[in-house]
Amino acid sequence: MTKYILKRVGISLITIFVLVTVVFFLARLMPGGPFNDPKLSETARENLSAYYGFDKPIFEQYITYLKNILSFDFGFSTKYPSRTVNDLLAGSFPYSVDLGVRALCFAISFGLVFGIISALNRGNKIDLIFVIIAVIGTSVPDFIMGAILQYFFAIEWGLLPIAEYKGFAYTILPSVGLGFYTMASVSRIMRASMLEVVQQDYIKTARSKGISRFRVTWKHQIRNAIMPVITILGPTVAAVLTGTFVIESLFAIPGMGKYYVESVQNNDYSLILGMTVFYGTFLVLCNMIVDILYGIVDPRIRIAGK
Amino acid sequence: MADNILEIKNLTFSFRTYGGVVKSVRDVSFDVREGEILGIVGESGCGKSVTSQCILRLNPEPPGFFEGGSILYKGEDIVKKSDKEMRKIRGTEISFIFQDPMTSLNPTMTIGKQIEEIFVGRKGISKAEIKERTIEILKLVGINEPERRYKQYPHELSGGMKQRVMIAIALVGKPNIIIADEPTTSLDVTIEAQILDLLKDLQHKMKTSIILITHDLGVIAKMCDRVLVMYGGKVAEKGTVDEIFYETAHPYTAGLIKSIATLDTAKEHKLVPIDGTPPDLFSPPAGCPFAARCEFAMKICYERQPEEHQLSPEHMCACWLQHPYAPKVDIMKGMEQEGKA
Repeated sequence: MTKYILKRVGISLITIFVLVTVVFFLARLMPGGPFNDPKLSETARENLSAYYGFDKPIFEQYITYLKNILSFDFGFSTKYPSRTVNDLLAGSFPYSVDLGVRALCFAISFGLVFGIISALNRGNKIDLIFVIIAVIGTSVPDFIMGAILQYFFAIEWGLLPIAEYKGFAYTILPSVGLGFYTMASVSRIMRASMLEVVQQDYIKTARSKGISRFRVTWKHQIRNAIMPVITILGPTVAAVLTGTFVIESLFAIPGMGKYYVESVQNNDYSLILGMTVFYGTFLVLCNMIVDILYGIVDPRIRIAGK
Repeated sequence: MADNILEIKNLTFSFRTYGGVVKSVRDVSFDVREGEILGIVGESGCGKSVTSQCILRLNPEPPGFFEGGSILYKGEDIVKKSDKEMRKIRGTEISFIFQDPMTSLNPTMTIGKQIEEIFVGRKGISKAEIKERTIEILKLVGINEPERRYKQYPHELSGGMKQRVMIAIALVGKPNIIIADEPTTSLDVTIEAQILDLLKDLQHKMKTSIILITHDLGVIAKMCDRVLVMYGGKVAEKGTVDEIFYETAHPYTAGLIKSIATLDTAKEHKLVPIDGTPPDLFSPPAGCPFAARCEFAMKICYERQPEEHQLSPEHMCACWLQHPYAPKVDIMKGMEQEGKA
């Protein structure tokens, strides 16, 4: 198991290194530069470039950058000269991650429960209701879902605050809006997986042992059915976190999404890099955790990694 | 003669499907005696697995349902029992060994846990005792290093070992009857022999009854005391092993025997297959289910169900050829005189 984990960590580190390299050079390839404001004089532009080190050969910049990020220093933003990228991240990331985690918790817990209930009631009305919810969830995009939630829960019924992020009641609508798609897909996968597992021979073996129906479902069916859900969890985390931008602007939440888009518009090299590397690292980390989790749930994978 | 431990009378079990009702088991009667091995033989789809799963109510209900008949175990009718009552019988009174050990064990649970599960929710046995019995049973079914295997997962074991684990699961609750549904079909021949020897040996030691389901007459000859030949959801012939092999009365049984190859079958000797396919159980034929494939079929065979003829205390055959007015034919014709069984 230790070897399996070490291997995963190694692969993750290489992925992050490749990411840094590709993004570094891609950002430089974009037309224009960070100091394109026509109001700036030629001298001012040169001075600024020298200050940020953009006048040095690109390879030297790359080496310096690599050295800096090893000590988690992402440099200064060119758009907000007084603030470091680290500051901007520290100010906005907690909101994004808070929203993302809430959305994920909602999506996974409700998705699993809906999927299980749906599968256990296969073919009757309860199943139909959950299948319809799942189809709606997977086909309605999050900005529409967010707006619908706002319209009904905040405007029509006045149950929950419409925007901002100032307490638990404020978090409910954006989390549901962000997590609804994932909830629906988790529920669909869980339902399908449950129905597949129930036909497996080992379920019949379990029944032939005279154990309770609950135990058969819990220990034999759900445990095996949950595998495909764990598999999609990695990409799902990515989807939920990249989806934050729309929901953040819809609900006026001061998260990372805003800076992400601005940095690309402004050619803010250090902020683009900082955001992407940070985001990327976070996703790689999520995938790594999923891989390790998978190894814990499925003993066959543990052995293969030895 | 030992007492009957299980009596099945006129059992009829069907499945509701989109295409209509499939009559999988039709009017099947037989009994199982204490300490015997009863073989059930027949080709795929003849209802042997469904019949055996009825005994433990393992067929999915719905779509499956009992149309009639009774299964008497210790004087109580299994057909009338609830799922909760069935749980008391499963595992400790009657247990099941499934066909494919590769898929019949839960891949995410250790061997030890899967065996111990039999005792979950049963009173009067401590954890230490359970573990002791599990290790003991692993030893008994011939698994080396039981302490290590106890903690292993199914994928770490070979096919033969997995089937031994399945047998251990079936044995650990000390059942009175073990139903083995083609326990060796997915194993290679050497492992098959080992598993069969093990089953027979354990049956001697533990005095349990075994219902052995197979499509292999060789296995029947090696293992069983009595045999039930099934065809098209019905019993075609039943009797002791000797009666089935040497006083074969039903053309279907004869066909099965004629299609066996033995080591001394001459090179130029052709094996005789049974032509045709089994009947469609959506709409079973009015007459004998085997009539369409039977080379001795008469007019009446297509029109009316054959009567059951008792040829000896044990030997029963459901065939119109046994009727006093029927022509006398040699159903074993085509079989060379090679003294084979």
